[in-house]
Parts: sequence; C-alpha cells; structure tokens
Amino acid sequence: MHMWIYEKKLEYPVKISCKDPRMAKYIMTQLGGPDGELSASLRYLHQRFHMPTDQAKALLTDIGTEELAHWEMICAMVHMLTKGATIEEIKESDMGAYYAIRDKAIYPADSTGNPWTAAYIQSIGDPVADLHEDMAAEQKARAVYEQLLQLTDDPLLKDALRFLREREVVHFQRFGEALRSVEEYNACKKFY
Amino acid sequence: MHKDQLDVLKRIQELEFACVDLNLYLDTHPMDQKALMDYNTYTYQLMMLKNRYESMYGPLKNFGCSQSQYPWKWIEGPWPWEIEY
Repeated sequence: MHMWIYEKKLEYPVKISCKDPRMAKYIMTQLGGPDGELSASLRYLHQRFHMPTDQAKALLTDIGTEELAHWEMICAMVHMLTKGATIEEIKESDMGAYYAIRDKAIYPADSTGNPWTAAYIQSIGDPVADLHEDMAAEQKARAVYEQLLQLTDDPLLKDALRFLREREVVHFQRFGEALRSVEEYNACKKFY
Repeated sequence: MHKDQLDVLKRIQELEFACVDLNLYLDTHPMDQKALMDYNTYTYQLMMLKNRYESMYGPLKNFGCSQSQYPWKWIEGPWPWEIEY
C-alpha cells in the first residue's frame, strides 16, 4: 500500500498566551498563501516523480511530508488564536470579513483572503529548475516567518514560529545539496 | 492532558525531531556513518518510548500501525490542536 500514516501529535508544541484573531488572520498566509506550508508540501510531493537521483527523490518525499506537519501546526495556531474570540473581538480585528463567510473555520486562504491555488507552485519537469524553485520557496517562507515574528509580542507563539523559520533554513540547505547531486548526475551523463 | 502524559509526549517530540533532522541530513549524506549511528540510536529510543506511550494512553497511529485497548481508543481526544502544552 502506498500511503501516509497520520500520527496524533504535532511535530512541535504549539502554545499561545491569549487569543488574538488579528494574528490568526496574518498567520493564515502560511496556511493557504503562496509560500505557505500547503504550497510547500504539494510542490515537493509532485516534483519528486521526475527527480533523477535517489537523494533528490528521498529528500522531496521527506521534506514534502514534514511540510504537512508544519501545515498542521499552522492550522493549530489559527484555531487556538481564534478560539473563544467574541463577535466584538472578531469585528475589531481583521477577521470580520472572514467570519462573515465561514465563521472561524480553517480554510486555505492567504492573509488577505485569496483562496489557495495550484498556480502558487511549479513542477516543470526540469530537476535543476525545480530544485532552484524549491530553494527560493524556502527563502521566501523564511522571510514570511520573520515578518510574522514582527507582528506579535506573544513569546509562546513566537517560539513555534521560530521553530518553523529555522526549518526553512535547514530545508534550503538540504535542497542545495540535492541540487548538487543532480548536477553531478547531469555532468556524468554520457553523450554519444 | 495530564502532566505525566504531556511529559512523555514532549519527550517523543524531542526524539522524533532528532530523527527528522538526521533523516534529511542522511538523505544527502548517506555515507556519514556517525550520523547514521545517531539516527539508529534515536530511532530505537523513539520506538521504545512510543510503545510505552501507546500502552498507557492509546494509539498515536491509525490504519494498522498501533493496537488499541477496548473500547476503540483512537477516537479519544484531545486531538493535536486541542492539547494545552
């Protein structure tokens, strides 16, 4: 059977000091935004099929899977930050327009409400080009986490955001190494 | 969630993080014997601890990867987004 196994736990604990629907709205961009965790996971899990080296196939499988765990952490943050928020608090924050459509339901949209789209990701069949896209995506996600860290003073929330930021740095490093394996493979190809 | 359960869960998360990070490293450094030994050591500790956790608090995994006590414990909360760490 070809499948993923769900484990009933988060990769890293998500804690918040108090509800904050405004911050929930900001963080949503890492749920359904261009450089969010859903984009990351689906980008890598689709690209792995045309990777020429075993290193790259394994890495895209593993990072694509880890990104799903990050997506769940982001969902948990949004859920916790909006839980128990009153209508007045929703109206005072940026969440009012969102609430009108879907209450506090989790939905993959960015922080301005644009729904997630596959147009955010690429898989063009050229392993060198795709791995460069992946490295750029990790840097963009790192930048978004730094922007999010500036938007909250909650030390508990910042702890989990810092963890996610750090993972982007590690993934960038590993993708660079996988790119090298692909370039070495390309250099060894025999032409007759 | 009771503090004892939470302590084991946090220890599982720590060990699993070491495994995740070493796994990604090994993907691009498959010949690094020291890293592989660390991976195997942490993986063994993680398996032992998960078995202990599941025997006390119910399954962490579904679809035939964990057994359950009676009645079917998989559906019992708190779910990951409901845990107060």
